[in-house]
Amino acid sequence: MAADQLRDAPSRAEIDRATLRDIYTRTMKVNRTDEKFRALLMEGKVAVMYYCVRGQELVSAAAMTALTDDDYVVCTYRGQGEQTAKGIPAEKWWAECLGKVTGTCKGKGGTMHITYPEKGIMVTTGVVGSGLPIANGLAMASQNNGDGRVTMVSFGDGAANIGGFHEAMNMAALYQLPIVFLCQNNRYGEHTAFADHTASPSIADRAAGYGMRSIHVDGNDVHQMYNAAKLAVDRARAGEGPTLIEAMCYRMMGHFFGADFSYMPPEHLAEMKAEDPLPKLRAVMLDRQFTEAELDDIVAQIDAEIDTAVARALAADFPDPHELKVDVFEEEMP
Amino acid sequence: MTGKPPQITMVQALNQAIDEAMAEDDGVFCLGEDVAAKQGGGVFKVTSGLTEKYGTHRIRATPISETAIVGAAVGAALAGQRPIAEIMLMNFVGVCMDQIVNHAAKLRFMSGGQTNVPLVIRTTTGVGVGFGGQHSDMLEAWFAHVAGIRVVTPSNAADAKGLMRSAIDSNDPVIFIENILCYGLKSDDPGPGYRVPLGEAAIAREGSDVSLITYGRTVLDALAIADEMASVGISVEVVDLRTIAPYDEETVLASVRKTGRAITLHEAVRPYGTGAEMAATIHEKLWGKLKAPVLRIGGTFSPVPFVAALEQAWIPTKPEIVAAIRSSMENG
Repeated sequence: MAADQLRDAPSRAEIDRATLRDIYTRTMKVNRTDEKFRALLMEGKVAVMYYCVRGQELVSAAAMTALTDDDYVVCTYRGQGEQTAKGIPAEKWWAECLGKVTGTCKGKGGTMHITYPEKGIMVTTGVVGSGLPIANGLAMASQNNGDGRVTMVSFGDGAANIGGFHEAMNMAALYQLPIVFLCQNNRYGEHTAFADHTASPSIADRAAGYGMRSIHVDGNDVHQMYNAAKLAVDRARAGEGPTLIEAMCYRMMGHFFGADFSYMPPEHLAEMKAEDPLPKLRAVMLDRQFTEAELDDIVAQIDAEIDTAVARALAADFPDPHELKVDVFEEEMP
Repeated sequence: MTGKPPQITMVQALNQAIDEAMAEDDGVFCLGEDVAAKQGGGVFKVTSGLTEKYGTHRIRATPISETAIVGAAVGAALAGQRPIAEIMLMNFVGVCMDQIVNHAAKLRFMSGGQTNVPLVIRTTTGVGVGFGGQHSDMLEAWFAHVAGIRVVTPSNAADAKGLMRSAIDSNDPVIFIENILCYGLKSDDPGPGYRVPLGEAAIAREGSDVSLITYGRTVLDALAIADEMASVGISVEVVDLRTIAPYDEETVLASVRKTGRAITLHEAVRPYGTGAEMAATIHEKLWGKLKAPVLRIGGTFSPVPFVAALEQAWIPTKPEIVAAIRSSMENG
C-alpha cells in the first residue's frame, strides 16, 4: 500500500458528554498527581526520582479512555499519566512511589517500574524504547488466545531512535498484532531537542516504511487525541493491525524533577505555554455546557483522594529486608 | 522380548519435549528465526515437524530481530503464555541483553511478584566446529551473574528432554544452552512426560579421589578421562551440574566432602567463570576438609579462533585436565 494510503487524517468529530467528562476527570487526575508530587519534592517531604508529566496530561488521559480495563498498557518512567489515568488506585500508586510495602510492587519497583496488572499496567520500563518489543508480546498473546485485548505502548520521541523501536514496529506490522504505538512527541529526548536527535520531521512518517498505518495529531486537542486513540484501538481490536500515533505535545518541565531546562529556548517556552492542554480542555468542557462548579468539583474530589492517599502512603511501613529474598525466583531465596 | 530400547538423539529429544509441552498446553509456543516449516524447522531442525501440527501462530518464524524476539517472549510470558524463544547462536544474545537482563530477569521482583516471566530462551553454541569468534562462545556466566535467571545445559539426550520439559514448566525465565557438537548424541528414550528437575546436578560417574565438576559438552571429556584415570588407579567422580545457575551447591559440596579434591571444568573462558564461583564456595565451606586447593580449567582467555589447529588448543585439552587431576592427587 502506498505511504499516503497508510496515513489517517486527524478527526475533530464530536465526543459524547460522558466520554468528555471521563477524559476531563482522568486528565485532572494526572495533573493533580503531578502537581502534588512536585509540591512534595519541593517541600523536601519526598526525595525520589520523578519524571514530570506537566503538559502531557491530556495525551495519556485521552489514550487511556479509549481502552478498557482489561486492555494492556506498557509505559515508561514518564508514565504517571498512563498509570493513574488507567486507574491504578491512588493509595497504591503513591505508596509505591514512596517505597512503601503497601505499594503496587511492595516498594521494590518504585517510580520507574510501577506495575498493576489488575488495571492492565503490565510493565513500566526505565530503559528508553524497551517497552515496544514487550508490548508486541502482550499483543501476540492476545492474538494467540483470541482474548480480544488491545495493547497500547507509550513512549517518547527519543525512543524512536533506538533499535528496539524499529524491530518492534516491523514485527507488529508483519504479524498484524492488536497493538497501538503511542509516541508522545514532547519535543525533547532527555535534554536533546527533537531537531537535534532526529533528521526526519515526523515519527509518524516512519510507519509507512514498516507497512503500518499512522496518524499525526495535536496531543493538546482533545478531539484529535481521543479520536485518534479510538480509531487505533478499534482497528486493533477488529484484527486490522497496528497503528502508530504521533501525539505532539510539550514537556513543560525538565527531563526529571529538579533537572535544569534552561536549554529550552524562550520561543519554545512561549509556544508551549500557549498550547497548554489544560485551559484548552477546560474551554471545550465549558463550551459543551459543563459548569465551572461541576468541573471544580471534579478537581476537588481528585485532590481529596490524593491527599488521603499521600497521607496513608507517608504513614505506611517500608518493606522488610526479608523482601530481598522474595520474588527473585518463584521460590524464596535461601 | 530382548533387544535394545529405542534411542533418540538430542535434537529428537528437544523436539519431543517441545512437542509434548505444546500438545498439553495451548499457551506454549515457539518463536525465532527460521523455526517454522517454510524455513526448514530451525537451522538445527529442533522445531522440525511442529508447524504442521500447531500452525504458524505457535511456531512463529520471525525477522532477524533478537530484541523483538526476546521482547515478544517477555510480553507473551507476562500475559500467561509459555513462549520458547530461539536465539539461533549464543553470541547473538549480545543483541538482546537488555530484554533478558533488565526485563525477563527482573520483572517478577520489580513488580513485587505481581507478574512473572515463564519463558525459555533456547540457544546453541560450541567450540570445535570452526565457527570462529562470533558463533562459538559459552556465555553462561553472564546470565549466572544476574539474579532471576535460571541457566540450564544438557550433556546428553535424555537430560535434554527432561530439562527442556522442566524449563517450559518453570515459572521463571530459563536460558537453555545447547551445544552444536552434542546434537547427535544418543540416549535411551526416557519416554513421554520425562522431566529432570531444574537445580539438580547428576553424579555422572561415581568416584572417591577427586570431584570433576562440569556441565554440557565437557561432561563427555570428563567421563572419558575418568575411564582412563581408573586404569591408573585414580577414582574420578564426575558431577554434571545440568543447571548452571542457580546450581546444586548441596550435591557439589557432598561430592567434594567425600573426595576432598575438586576441579571445575568448563568450555567458557576461565577468568570470572562459573568455576571461580564454585571454587570459592568450596573453599569457604569445606576449608580444612580439602586435601588440595580447588583447581579451575576453562577455555583460553582469547576470542575463539577459527582454524582447527588453534581451536583445539583453545578448548580445555585432555592433557590439561589429566595434569590437573594428577596435580590435585599429589596433595595429601
